[in-house]
Amino acid sequence: MVHQLINSLTDGFLLGFVYGLAAMGLSLIWGVMSVINLAHGPVITVGMLATYLLFVHVGLNPYLAIVVVAGIGLVLGLIIYITAVHRVISAPHLSSLLATFAVNMIILGIFNAVFGGDQNNIDFSLGSLSIGFLNVTYSRLLAAVGAVAVTVFLYLYLYFTRTGKSIRAVANNREAAELMGIPSTRVLALSFGLGSLLAAVAGSLISTIFPFTIFSGGPYELKSFVICVLGGLGNPLGALLGGLILGLMEGLIPIWMPTSWVPVVEFGLFVFVLVVRPTGLLGAK
Amino acid sequence: MRALKQPGLWLYVAALVVWGLVVWFLDDPTLRETSFTLLMYVGLASSLNILLGYTGYVSFGHIVFFGLGGYMGFYLVSVQEWSLYPAALVGGVFGALVAALLGLAVLRLRGAYFALATIGVNEAARAFVNNFRPFGGATGLSLDYSVYGLYGGSMKALWLAFGLVWLIAIATVVTSYLVKQSRFGLGLMAIREDEDAAMVMGVKAPRAKTWAFALSAFFPGIIGTIYFFKNGNVEPHDAFRLHMSIETLVMIMLGGQGTVLGPILGALSYERLRGYLLVSPLFKSLHLALSGVALLLIILFVPAGVVGWLRQRFPKLRGILE
Repeated sequence: MVHQLINSLTDGFLLGFVYGLAAMGLSLIWGVMSVINLAHGPVITVGMLATYLLFVHVGLNPYLAIVVVAGIGLVLGLIIYITAVHRVISAPHLSSLLATFAVNMIILGIFNAVFGGDQNNIDFSLGSLSIGFLNVTYSRLLAAVGAVAVTVFLYLYLYFTRTGKSIRAVANNREAAELMGIPSTRVLALSFGLGSLLAAVAGSLISTIFPFTIFSGGPYELKSFVICVLGGLGNPLGALLGGLILGLMEGLIPIWMPTSWVPVVEFGLFVFVLVVRPTGLLGAK
Repeated sequence: MRALKQPGLWLYVAALVVWGLVVWFLDDPTLRETSFTLLMYVGLASSLNILLGYTGYVSFGHIVFFGLGGYMGFYLVSVQEWSLYPAALVGGVFGALVAALLGLAVLRLRGAYFALATIGVNEAARAFVNNFRPFGGATGLSLDYSVYGLYGGSMKALWLAFGLVWLIAIATVVTSYLVKQSRFGLGLMAIREDEDAAMVMGVKAPRAKTWAFALSAFFPGIIGTIYFFKNGNVEPHDAFRLHMSIETLVMIMLGGQGTVLGPILGALSYERLRGYLLVSPLFKSLHLALSGVALLLIILFVPAGVVGWLRQRFPKLRGILE
């Protein structure tokens, strides 16, 4: 019983880093431009599919593929921002929500036409690590390590580079940042690109653990919402914390009740936190 | 009742009545099925518009009331063996009640936070019903075929479902019009423009918002019951489709939010467009992507919707384009 508990908690904990990474992308975009990106799920799917296709057709190691996927995510984010988001950035929330949802439909529609709804699996097993009774697959471990590495990079980028600082400046106050000579449109586009990059990388990491279909991004998008709200919308560090909480919950809940109750608790908690403390556990931004 | 003297209301109601009668007399099952779907969306979009268009609160997961109300009504018909009429009414009241209780909590949130909360509510409801034994869990409930016998056989029952949805669609449109022209509606629109200012001017915002939320959840509950009754079964997957929720939003945006005619036109054109894309061999597989492109173009270039645009362009038409 205790062994099982520790095993399932470890699994959840490691997965939590990846959830956190996906949520960080959403959180970054919200923090900088107050847009809820409903195209987040399909971008996660793009990450999964790109990793899969590179593995199957090019034979690229899925962990090396992450670099390529990151580039794809960045470019995709820039394209989405320029075509769909830029015009509605100061419009009411409904406009940006629907605009990003339109992108969601377009991406999924194209994927559905090209790839269909079959399940894909990256057949790349690394075996598992056993310490005593503890059993962890290497793919999960590497995914967590990857997520942490990307988080560290993001932190260093946002705090110690000039462009990173200008992103934070625009998030703080767009007008003031513009007065200081920061090209805010370019910074907004870049932030959206970075948010998509994080989503795509998270998708890539997830695809090394679980099989997926083109619609698999959707549930992770919903999880990202839950996580962002737990950790405080617009607070990337909070997103990581929220991801860990969610991961641990997913490891913990199945011990007391059937697994199918997990989403009930997750979304119940989500609505509860939104109503009681909409700024999240760590506070917004 | 100033609204009753205006031509707009009578025009829309007459059009809907004539439409229903034509379908009735032509006695064509295909036409009836298409009309059922169209009228259902007219009802759903018009009722959501009361909250979204007039009050300015973006309920992203509004389909939850269609699902919950539908489930409740369907449960009463299939398990408790109620007649469809009281069951549908209870479905609607149940939806409104849930909305009122939920509204006390989530309506305090504004803007994107409210939208997120409604998505969460829909997902939570779906996950809950998935596990809820009395509602059949993940497999849902299905109707015993003999139940249709009470309504004169399954053929008659289909016509009955069409008739009911037709009446509900008309009722929703009339309600939407009356709300817009009433003092209550003015309060809602004041909230939409600036909630704090509206409260200073004496609009009891929390109460008005809750009423608007409950009202906009009432009709989806009834429509849900009729829809699932016609289908003969209900599943969590079918009842809480977030995608359907967002499609309703798209219809409102397409026609013009905050207008009575907008959701009607939006529902009709969006459904027709989708129907066309689905059967056309060229676009069939890409229909989702093309709907997305259409949506994006509307959001970016005609944010006021068709009716809003017409009202701006031709001020003389404002009397009929409410």
